[in-house]
Amino acid sequence: MNTAATMQIEDPIIEVDNLDFYYGKSKALHGINIGFPRRKVTAMIGPSGCGKSTLLRCFNRMNDLIDISEVQGKILLNGADVNAPSTDVIELRRRVGMVFQKSNPFPKSIYENVIYGLRIAGIKNKAVLDETVERSLKGAALWDEVKERLHTSALGLSGGQMQRLCIARAIAVNPEVILMDEPCSALDPKSTARVEELIGELCEDYTIIIVTHNMQQAARVSTHTAFLYEGNLVEFGMTKEIFMKPRKKQTEDYITGRFG
Amino acid sequence: MKNYWRTGEPCVWATGAALAITLLIAATLIVVVMINGLGVFWPSSLERLELKDGTVVLGEQIQREAAYQSEGFRRQYKVANRDLYGLDFKWVDEADIAFSSRPEDAIVLEREEYGNFFGFLKQLNLGSLDIPGTMSQYDALLAANAQIHEMKVSGKKLDEDISALSYQLESLRRKLLKAEYQGVSAKAPVVLELQRSQAVLQDDFHHLVERQGREVAQMRNFTAIFSDANGQERDIVLADIVDAYQPNRMGIAQKGLFYLVKVKELIIGEPRESNTEGGLFPAIFGTIMLIFIMSLFSFPLGVIAAVYLREYAKEGMIVRLVRIAVNNLAGIPSIVYGIFGLGFFVYGIGSTIDQLFFPETLPTPTFGTGGILWASLTLALLTVPVVIVSTEEALGAIPREIREGSLALGSTKFQTLMRILLPMASPGIMTGLILAMARAAGEVAPLMITGVVKLAPALPIDGNFPFLHLDRKFMHLGFHIFDIGFQSPNVEAAKPMVFVTTLLLVLIVLTMSSIAIYLRNRMKKRYTFGTF
Repeated sequence: MNTAATMQIEDPIIEVDNLDFYYGKSKALHGINIGFPRRKVTAMIGPSGCGKSTLLRCFNRMNDLIDISEVQGKILLNGADVNAPSTDVIELRRRVGMVFQKSNPFPKSIYENVIYGLRIAGIKNKAVLDETVERSLKGAALWDEVKERLHTSALGLSGGQMQRLCIARAIAVNPEVILMDEPCSALDPKSTARVEELIGELCEDYTIIIVTHNMQQAARVSTHTAFLYEGNLVEFGMTKEIFMKPRKKQTEDYITGRFG
Repeated sequence: MKNYWRTGEPCVWATGAALAITLLIAATLIVVVMINGLGVFWPSSLERLELKDGTVVLGEQIQREAAYQSEGFRRQYKVANRDLYGLDFKWVDEADIAFSSRPEDAIVLEREEYGNFFGFLKQLNLGSLDIPGTMSQYDALLAANAQIHEMKVSGKKLDEDISALSYQLESLRRKLLKAEYQGVSAKAPVVLELQRSQAVLQDDFHHLVERQGREVAQMRNFTAIFSDANGQERDIVLADIVDAYQPNRMGIAQKGLFYLVKVKELIIGEPRESNTEGGLFPAIFGTIMLIFIMSLFSFPLGVIAAVYLREYAKEGMIVRLVRIAVNNLAGIPSIVYGIFGLGFFVYGIGSTIDQLFFPETLPTPTFGTGGILWASLTLALLTVPVVIVSTEEALGAIPREIREGSLALGSTKFQTLMRILLPMASPGIMTGLILAMARAAGEVAPLMITGVVKLAPALPIDGNFPFLHLDRKFMHLGFHIFDIGFQSPNVEAAKPMVFVTTLLLVLIVLTMSSIAIYLRNRMKKRYTFGTF
C-alpha cells in the first residue's frame, strides 16, 4: 500500500513504477512510484539507511555489482525499461552518469581522467579529445585552475577540485542524467559552495538527481525534493512546498530536526 | 609502579628488544659472510718459521687461538703444497717457534692441480721460449707465463672449435639414428649424404684433436724447478701454473690491483679443482637464468590466477577453500615440490616429449632428465602462491569507489581491470615478484633432483643452434655452496670459496631485489602522487 503524497510530473525523464528492491531477503525499497522532471535538480533526502542511495543506484544499475540484489517493478528512462534484458548496461551508464560521495579520480593525469569515458568507447581522434577536455572542464568550472597542468596527476588536486574533476569526467560523455550521491559530504564549506553553484549551472543541460544529508543544501540547489523513510517514499513535491508546508507529519518532523 | 604496567612501558621495551635481536642476527650473518668472503683474495704475506726441532714452515697465517692444555697460543698456517705434504694446513705452537721472517723471494703459485704451491724458484727450463737472458729469474718466469698464457688462449679457440664440431657430430648422429628409426634404408641418398658429411666432420675432428695434442705436448715442455721451505725440490710444468706472485714484495696498491683482478676472474672465470678454486661464471649464469625463466612462468600465471580469484570468481565456500589452499601451498617444504617436479615434469612431461619428438635416441633421454627448464618450472610452482597472494591483496586494497567510478562511466569489467585495476595493483604485484624471486634464488633442495649439477659441460645458452638449450643441466650458486662446502674432498681448503660463493649469492639476490624495489617505488609514485 502506498500512501505517499507525491506530485505527478509531466513527461518525466525517469519514471519509477512500483519498485521493490531486495538485498538478499531484506527489503530495502517498498513500492516506490516517482517521476523525475527533465533538466531540473531533484534532491532525495532522508535519514541514513532510508534507501535513497539504493534508489539512486538503481537508475544506472550500479546495484548489479551486488550479487544478492534483486529488483522488482519498473524503471523507465525515456520510456525504455532500464532493467529489460535487451538493455545494454554499458550504454545505460553512458547515458546516466554518476558522481560519488568520495571523489574517485583515477591515478592518471587530469586529461586522461576526463577522457576516460571516451577512451574506453574507443575514440582516438586527438581533436575530439582535446575539445572534450576543454568543454568538460569548463562545464565543471575547473578549466581555469588546471589548464596549465592537464598532464599532471589528478591525485595532486585538492578535494574540491577532485570532486569537480569527477563531475567533468561524468559530463565528458554527454549523459542525459547525472546522479550525485552526497557529492559534498567530504568537502569543506567553500568547496561545497563551489560545487552547488556548479549544480545550478549544469541543470540547464542535464537532469540532476542528488542524494544529500544536508537539508539546507537540498533547499539551496533543488527544484524538487523527495523524502524517503525506511524504504518508503513519503513525500515528493516542489522543494519550496516540502520545506514550507509539508503534507506529511513524518516529513515535517524530519525537516524540523525532530529525528534523523 | 602500577602506572608503569598500565601504560604498556614493558611492552614498548619488549617490542624494541625483539626488533633489535632480529636485526642483530641478520647483521651478524651479513658481517660474518662479508669478513670471510671479502678477505679471500687479498694476497697475505708468507711467513717463514724456523721451529726449535729444526723444521722450517712457510705459509700464510690463517688464525691464532689459545693452545689446548698448555700456555700461550697456537697458530694455523696454510702451507699449501698438497702434492708434497698431503695436507694444506698446519698448526704451530708459538712456543716452538725459534725464528720467523718474511723472505722477499718467497713465491706463491696458483696451479691447475693440487692447489697452491708456496716456495722458492730455483731454476727455469724454458727451451725455445724467447726470453732475454738479462732478466731476473722471477721476471723471466712471469714473461714465460705470459707467453704460455697466450698459447693457452689460442688453444682455447681450438677447444671451442672442437666442441662445436662435436656438437655437430652429435646432431648428425641423431639425424642418422632418426633415419634408421624411421626405417629409411641404409642405402637411401639422404643417409649416404649424412654419412658422408659425418665422415668429413670426423676427419676434421680428429685433425683438430691431434693438433691440440701436439700443442699441449709442446707447451708442457717448459718447466721450472721450485723448492719448498725445507729444500725439497719439485719440477713444475709452467702450463699448470695459473698465476705466480711474490706477496712479500707487493705494496698495498699492488695488492689492491691483484685483488680486483682476482674478483674479475671469480666472476668471469671457469671453476677448477673440483670447483674449490677458479671462477664461478657458470654458476652465476645458471642462477640468474633459472630465476629469470622461473619469473617468466610464475609471474603471468600467478597474476592471472589472482585476477580470476579476486575479480571474477563468485565469493563463496569454494573460493574461500581455494584461497586457503593457495596460502598453504606457500608453506609446503620445497623438497616436496622437487619430488613433484621430478615425477611430473621430468618423468611425466619430459619422457612424453622424448617419446613423441626424440624417439630415436631413447633410451638416452633428452628432456626426460633433469634440466634448467624443469627446474625453473618446479620453482615457478613453488613461488606461484606468493605471486597469487600478493596480487590478490593488491587488487583487494583498491577502493570500491575507484572500480565503481570506472564502471559508472560505461566501462566493462575487463576495461576496468586493464586500465585501472592492474596498473594500480602493479606495486603490490611487484612486491610479490620480489618475494618470489628471493625465495627462488635461495632454494637448493628442489633443484638437486630436477637438474642442477656440480659441473655442467656447457651453458644453457651458447653459439650452437638453437642457442637456447633448455634441456641442459646447469650449475647454481646455492648448490655450489653445498657441494664444495660439504661434498668436496678437501673441505678445509674449500672454505674460502664457500664464503665467497655465499657472499656472491647474497649479492645477486640483493641486486635483483633492489632493482625490483626501485621499479616498484617508481610505480608507486606514479599511481599515488606526483607527476607523469
